[in-house]
Parts: sequence; C-alpha cells; structure tokens
Amino acid sequence: MLELRKDIFADERDDNLKEVGKGTQRQDMLGHVTGTSTYFDDHKLQGMLHLKVLRSAHAHARLRRIDTTEAERSPGVRRIIRGSDVPRNLNTLLSLINFGKDDEPTLAVDKVRYKGEPIVAVVADSPREAYEAIAKLRVDYEPLPTVFDVEEALKPGAPVVNETYPKNTFTYHDIYDHQKLRFGDVDRALAEADHVLDQRYQMAPIEHAPTETNGSIAAPDTNGRYVVYTSTQALFFSLDTCAKILDVPSNTFHFIGGTVGGGFGGKVDTLTEPLSILGAMLTGRPVRYVFGREEEMQYGPPRGAERIYIQDGVMRDGRIVARKVRAYFDSGAYTRLSSYAVVKCAAHLPGPYAIPNVYGDIYCVFTNRTPATAMRGFGVTAMDFAIECQMDKLAHIVGMDPMEFRILNAYRDGDMKAHRREAKNTALIECVQVAAEKAKWPLREEFKRMSSLEGGGGIRAAIPLTPREPSTPRAAASQQRTSYDRAPAASSHEPPAPPPAPPPPPRPPAPSHGATRFSSVFGNRRR
Amino acid sequence: MPKTALQFHHNGREVALFVDGGVNLLVALREIIGDMTPKFGCGQGGCGACSVLIDGELHLSCLTLAETAAGRAVETLDGLKDGPNLHPLQRAFMEHFAAQCGYCTPGMLMAAKALLDRNPTPSRDEVVEAISGNICRCTGYEPIINAVLAAAAGGRARA
Repeated sequence: MLELRKDIFADERDDNLKEVGKGTQRQDMLGHVTGTSTYFDDHKLQGMLHLKVLRSAHAHARLRRIDTTEAERSPGVRRIIRGSDVPRNLNTLLSLINFGKDDEPTLAVDKVRYKGEPIVAVVADSPREAYEAIAKLRVDYEPLPTVFDVEEALKPGAPVVNETYPKNTFTYHDIYDHQKLRFGDVDRALAEADHVLDQRYQMAPIEHAPTETNGSIAAPDTNGRYVVYTSTQALFFSLDTCAKILDVPSNTFHFIGGTVGGGFGGKVDTLTEPLSILGAMLTGRPVRYVFGREEEMQYGPPRGAERIYIQDGVMRDGRIVARKVRAYFDSGAYTRLSSYAVVKCAAHLPGPYAIPNVYGDIYCVFTNRTPATAMRGFGVTAMDFAIECQMDKLAHIVGMDPMEFRILNAYRDGDMKAHRREAKNTALIECVQVAAEKAKWPLREEFKRMSSLEGGGGIRAAIPLTPREPSTPRAAASQQRTSYDRAPAASSHEPPAPPPAPPPPPRPPAPSHGATRFSSVFGNRRR
Repeated sequence: MPKTALQFHHNGREVALFVDGGVNLLVALREIIGDMTPKFGCGQGGCGACSVLIDGELHLSCLTLAETAAGRAVETLDGLKDGPNLHPLQRAFMEHFAAQCGYCTPGMLMAAKALLDRNPTPSRDEVVEAISGNICRCTGYEPIINAVLAAAAGGRARA
C-alpha cells in the first residue's frame, strides 16, 4: 500500500479538494482580459535581429549548389546560416527518450524531402531585409521522383524519401517495419462470422492553425547563457532538443514560455528555437524567428493523414467476433512523433470493445509530404473515427440500435484487452446509457440495466489461442459479405443507409442489407 | 528609407512617432509605441486578433497603414480598463470563462466594445455578427457571446 507523506507538504496544500460544482477562476484570466498575459512575441529587445528561412521549392530534390554571395551583400544582413553551421545538424525529436534514429536536419544540406523544408537562414536587421536577402539566394535543385501516397511509398521501387529509413517505414526495435497486434485467430473468426464488413477510411491531414504562429526569441544573457522566449508547448523538451542540436549543456538555456496562443499539439516540434538560438550565438544579438501565417499553414506540421482498412466479423446476434485492421500513418518526410502515434494506435485497438479476435498491422510511412506531428489524441482519434463508423454500419447490418449495439460489445471490468492487459474501471456502457438518456434516445430495458461491473471476466479474461502463422480457413457458406467503396453520404444521426446495390444471394436467415462483391480493402474476394 | 512623422491619440494620450513607409498600424503600436495588446495572427485580415478602434470604429490594425491614423483616436485593449477598474466587458469575460489561450481576447474585447458603444442592447445574433471577424481557434465562442450579452445586460441594469 502506497503511503502518502502528507505531513511533508502540510503547509503547502489544502486537503479540501472539493472543487466540483464550484466556480474557480483561472490564474491567467486577469492577464488575458487585460492583455497583459505575455506571449513570446510580446518581448521587444534592444538590438533585436530577425531571422527568416529559405524554404525548398520542391517536394523532393537534390541540392546541387547553394549560392549565398549576393544575399550576403544585401543591406541589413548580419549573418547567413547554412546547415554546416549547425553543430549537430541531424536530430529526431524522440531521441531524448532513445526512440528512433536521427533523421531530420535543422537546415537541409544535400537533399530536400518536402516542399518548404528550410535550407538557409538569414539574420537581418529587419524582417523585410531578411526577406529581400532570401530573394537573392540561389539554389540549384535537381528534382527527384516524389511519392505522396502511403501505399505507393511501400511498393518496391518507390522513391526513397529519407535515407535513414530506406524502406520508407519507421523501424521498430531495429527490425520491424510496422507495429503488429495479434490476439486470437482472426482469420478463423472471420470465416465463421455471419457477416463480414470490409471498409476503407482516409483521414486528411489537419492543420492546427493556432492564432499565434510558431516562433521564438533568443537573447544572449550576461553569463554565457541564452534566454529563450518561445511559443513551445513543451518547454523542457524543446530546451533539451536545442541543447542536443547546438551541442551545449542544457543549462546553457533559460526557456521562458507557457503562455501559448493556441497549440493543439502543433507547437511541440521545436521548429524555431534551434535557429533563433544559433542566430543569437553567431551574432551576439537577440534574434527573433517567427512563422508568418503562410508558413504556419503550409509548412507547419499537421495532424498526419491516416489510411485505415478494417475488416470486421459480426454474428447475427450482434456480437463482434473479429476485427482486422491495417493502417498507414503518413509521417511526411521525417519521423517527428508519428512513430509514437502508431504505437498508441496499436495499443488502442480494437477500441473500447470486447472482441475475442483482433489483428492489427500499423505502419509509420515516410512520404514527400510536410512532416506530421502531435494533435489532440493523435494515433487514436482517426482510428476511432473509423471504428465508430464501422460500429454504426455493423449495427445496421445486424438490425440493431447503434447505442444498444455498442453496449452489447463494450468492454466490461475483468475483460482481457487485445494488448493483454485486464480492463479495469471500464465505463463505456454507463457513458452510452447517459448519452442515450440526455439525447432522449430510447434504450430497451435490458440495455438500461447492463453494467460495466457485470458480465466481464470469466472466459472473457482469457488470452485466446493466437496462431503464429495466418490460417486461411474457408468461409461458411451462409456468410454475408459487405464492402462499401465509400460510405454513402448519410445524416449524422441516422445509421448509414444500405448501399443501393443488388440484394444478397437468397439465403433464408440473412439479415436484410445490400451487398456488393467488390472490396476496396482487399480487392475482389478470393473466397 | 524615408520616415514619416505621425501623431495620433493612443488610448487618450497623444503620441508622436516616425514610421517607415508602408508600416501598418499593428507594427507601429507593438514595435514603436510598445503596446503589445493587439496581436499578430495572420497579417491578412483573416483572424481579427489585431482589432483596434479608430475614432470608435472597429479596424484591423494589420491592414491599416499607420499613417492613416494621423490625428485620430486609436483605442486598444491597453486602454479599456479605467485605472484599476476593469471594464464591464472585461469583468464579464472573466466571469463567463470567455478566454482559453487568450490570444484572440484583445481583438474580441475591442470588437465587443465597438458593438456595445453603438448598440448597448444587442441581440444574440447581433453579438454573433459583431465578433464574426474574430477567430477563436480554441473555439470558445459560446462563452464569449454569453459574456458580451451579460456585459450588455449589466450596463442596462446600472443605467
């Protein structure tokens, strides 16, 4: 039993933590309404210089030659920074926790891998003079073949985006090109299911679009240290990243931040701090590097696009017996944090449902797109979008109410999850019950009475026999298969309408639904 | 670069400054006068974070040439409170949790002030219309609308 030594903090904390139901004012609210909350860009420092970067005009190109001579003579220019000026010009964000290989330069040297990748930085007296100098930089590009599609990127002969990962996939544990989840015999369960639903889902990248753009101001301090005002959402993470890239001890920096003008995950990539600090190191002056709106929207990292294929097996009584998932995360040209999103996704499968046979293959793929990053539940949100669409369609197929269908399949306390942890403190059933009540959605009495505390465990707590090699059992003759190429547009409240396809083969006990034979997931079925 | 001499009233105080040709009012306020309350969000009139009042009318300072403010009265959030006393809108924003990251708040407050100055009893739709040029990316619009309505109601109660 954990002992809490409250006496140590007796004079610091108030044990009366009954805050629910009471209004509590935020500490920063007065600053916000008076305009005195200090964002990074609200510092105007004596002798401050301005840094801007030249960004790649190509999505994939070799850099043959970079000519800075004319730009160096441009008025107001204090310093031109090249990749060779960056002490450790290769980094990956999660190297701080020993996860992944250094794959991304601060300034590109021999090759650019996405449109907008920084190549040269210019430090000048004013932003205008920095831009004018950038217009005088000459870069000789040799365009290379590009790949923008996650599945194309995995085909043999696809252009290699990032030489650190020549197979265009992030490498897990030094050998695996994807994350695998195996729980039970999904192929057998799919073969035995009454109905199999194949679907393909595609999420677009999403820009965080914070009102305050990414940026930082770095200033030399009197004692050889640097003060950095920054928009970062991850102050110490950014500090250590800068210490690594600039090859100095982390106590060289005093990072000041925390008041962020909207982050949503888009301000953890340490995009500006290394260059503004390097600019300050090289000029001895405060240096400000702030993204313009266009830079933020075009080259700021988005939530990565995901392509998701799901094949679910369901029984006529509404039980989901198998969920087979194949997903591709578009990491863009560099890893940033997508490798971690994939791990999170694998751990999240099959969603909050007790499904006895689960199979997942999740890939972190490199393409010539803008590198993706964190955004509000990344790794889970897109997969949940796909899973919940799937749940509505499955409910429709078996003729069940979508709310009751979720209650029926929900995890309960004591169930074994696909990643082999016991489900505890589960509450999906109660959540659905409350949501139904609030929405005045009628639930049948037996579903109103169900509880997360009952019915779990027992045989549901067992780890099922999981074959090492995929089996290819034959599907039962009575099985129905449904594949939608694209879900028909349906209102958000109603379950999706059955596709206007010919009726299924005349097998008496089949549920009423339409079916087409083409699977966008696995092509035309071999069965 | 030739500079232009310029005078205007900034929150009731006369200021005199030199600006480069083409400099916008947002830069003049932030970088020359040192009033950091108007924010830069987009520089293209899309977000409203830089909103200020010029002679009582709402303007986007990032799209306003500094020179055009000559001889006029510019109001920013910095001048909204009266000494230590918060403006009713500021109090209402605090009470109604009408700020999250706070970055759009200066522009929202100026847009709301412009509305209440010309229409002390706005309808909900009129409030929505008045702040329609201001983006809150934390999407806290409902509390903002409620705060503006509450400030208007409070003003009516006192009147």
